[in-house]
Amino acid sequence: MIRLIYNEQLKLWKKKRILVIILIIACLVPIFTYAQYKESKALQEKIGTSDWRVQLQKQIVDTQNRLGSASLSDDFKKYLRMTLSQEQYYLNHNINPNAPGAPTFMRVFIENAIGMLLPLFVMVAASDIVSAEAGSGTIKLLLTRPVKRWRILLSKYIAMLLSVSFILLCTAVFTYAISGIVFGYRGWNMPMLTGFTIKGDELLTAHVHAVPQWKYLLMAFGLAWFVCVVSGSLTFMLSVLLRSTAAVMGIMLSSLIAGAILTNMVSAWPSAKYLFMVNLQLTNYLNGTSPPVEGMTLGFSVAVLLVWLFLSLMVSFVVFTKRDVY
Amino acid sequence: MTAIPALKVLNVRKKIGRKEIIKGISFEVMPGEVFGFLGPNGAGKTTTIRMLTGLIRPTSGKIFIGGKNVRTEFTEAMKNLGCIVENPEMYPFLTGYENLAYFARMDPSIPKNRLDEVAALVGLSSRIHDKVKTYSLGMRQRLGIAQALLGNPKLLILDEPTNGLDPAGIREMREFIRSLAEKEHLSVLVSSHLLSEVQLMCDKVAIIHNGRVVRTGNVHELLSEKARTFWKAVPAEKARTLLQAETQVAEGEDGLLITPYDEEKNALWNEMLVQNGVRVKEIKAVLPALEDLFLELTGGRKK
Repeated sequence: MIRLIYNEQLKLWKKKRILVIILIIACLVPIFTYAQYKESKALQEKIGTSDWRVQLQKQIVDTQNRLGSASLSDDFKKYLRMTLSQEQYYLNHNINPNAPGAPTFMRVFIENAIGMLLPLFVMVAASDIVSAEAGSGTIKLLLTRPVKRWRILLSKYIAMLLSVSFILLCTAVFTYAISGIVFGYRGWNMPMLTGFTIKGDELLTAHVHAVPQWKYLLMAFGLAWFVCVVSGSLTFMLSVLLRSTAAVMGIMLSSLIAGAILTNMVSAWPSAKYLFMVNLQLTNYLNGTSPPVEGMTLGFSVAVLLVWLFLSLMVSFVVFTKRDVY
Repeated sequence: MTAIPALKVLNVRKKIGRKEIIKGISFEVMPGEVFGFLGPNGAGKTTTIRMLTGLIRPTSGKIFIGGKNVRTEFTEAMKNLGCIVENPEMYPFLTGYENLAYFARMDPSIPKNRLDEVAALVGLSSRIHDKVKTYSLGMRQRLGIAQALLGNPKLLILDEPTNGLDPAGIREMREFIRSLAEKEHLSVLVSSHLLSEVQLMCDKVAIIHNGRVVRTGNVHELLSEKARTFWKAVPAEKARTLLQAETQVAEGEDGLLITPYDEEKNALWNEMLVQNGVRVKEIKAVLPALEDLFLELTGGRKK
């Protein structure tokens, strides 16, 4: 089996697709870094005072005043206290919240890339893994070896998982290394608030707690990896079903874009929440952004994605082992 | 000694949709035999070959390669098989050697030195480390054969191996296939739509038409059945009357007389002619072109 996986990896590297993806990431990250840098600059100018400490102190006083008010619910008070301790942390550790370090940039990047950019990279890497063999005819040489068909497909799947993991790893390393040049490499222990739940229009803060940023990043990248695996498996299935790599890419691309559009307009169409592309923004559950359809939770989205993952694997393996190859 | 046939095909059928493409095909290929699989385009040659190599599943019937059932003992059967189906597609972005190494990795029983061995066998040693996209069609064909020979198979299946080759390449390929059968005692199944090719290369032939095997047999037997004797004798008129008393006589060009071919009777007839004062200038046994045979067997329908 390891020899088969080696073979698949060999092809992936020799075709230089992964290399191209890595290069794209290496080009995009500096652009985003620059954008982020400009934005935090603009924010500083808006605030006016050159000293951000003064600004932060003002904020802390403001939060403390609100805490004093009697009309607030206990939950919200707890949330305010968390915010307060977060602000206090920035002040004590001399961190400018508007000029983030590299770990913060990583977090922002992954939160924005999880729904579109990362699945897109995965799609490019995985789209031709089976269809290219069918298109060029080399599939006939693969399937007339003394190796069962399911083993060949499994080796391809594992090779795909390895590439997906590698792409994500590169994203992490590049975002950290490149943005750190501008923002500095500190900020791993900055507290992040997470654990929001949303019910109706309300943001419930009952379970909110602070975690250090490195832990938050670990969770975010874990979720991103899961999203990548799911979109990789879907691309994989299409690649098994279709002979043309272009068709695979077309279908995958349009459903990802459709997902991005739908997210903004499906709040009135509850059954849309079973579509995989509406469920890709898993990191939103960490930072408390409201989901596209009411009632969606992290558990729900993960379950929906797992079902899609399972179905695509089943279809891939059944079709591949039974199909007549022409 | 009852040898296990290298390939045994038992009443294989294939339906695609409601249409039956292969209507029950049976034949055997014995060790060391070059077996021609002959038929016009669209007769079902490639479909049959895809079933033999496990690429498509027969609707019914059984296929054994080296005694192993392709359906139920797939890996064992495939160990006995090397094949090229249609074109020898390899990975163009790898070198010839990398391609061979790639396929060798799929069968752990292949030793490392086998790669150079097969490369030398097909005469590709000097270019084996170049990328396949720089290869000519003939070189790709040879690399395809090298790939098929990697696992030391008992049976080699080549689908139209001379397709697209120039005359020198065709001749080279023919000699190569013969030498594989004679020296390595390999069985080779060659499909072709060219009768002359089968005539020159094969020991046995199965003629397939519209999804059925019309005829199987030894190439030379099939031919001698239809052989003719040409007589050149003076005076022709007298020779003709004399021969007509014995057998059917047809008239060829330049006053040639044509009778069925029969080794024993040719001698007797010759004696008779000479005794009756006819001067026999030439006796020639002529094998029919496989083209004629083929037209005859398939009902003479010409496109």
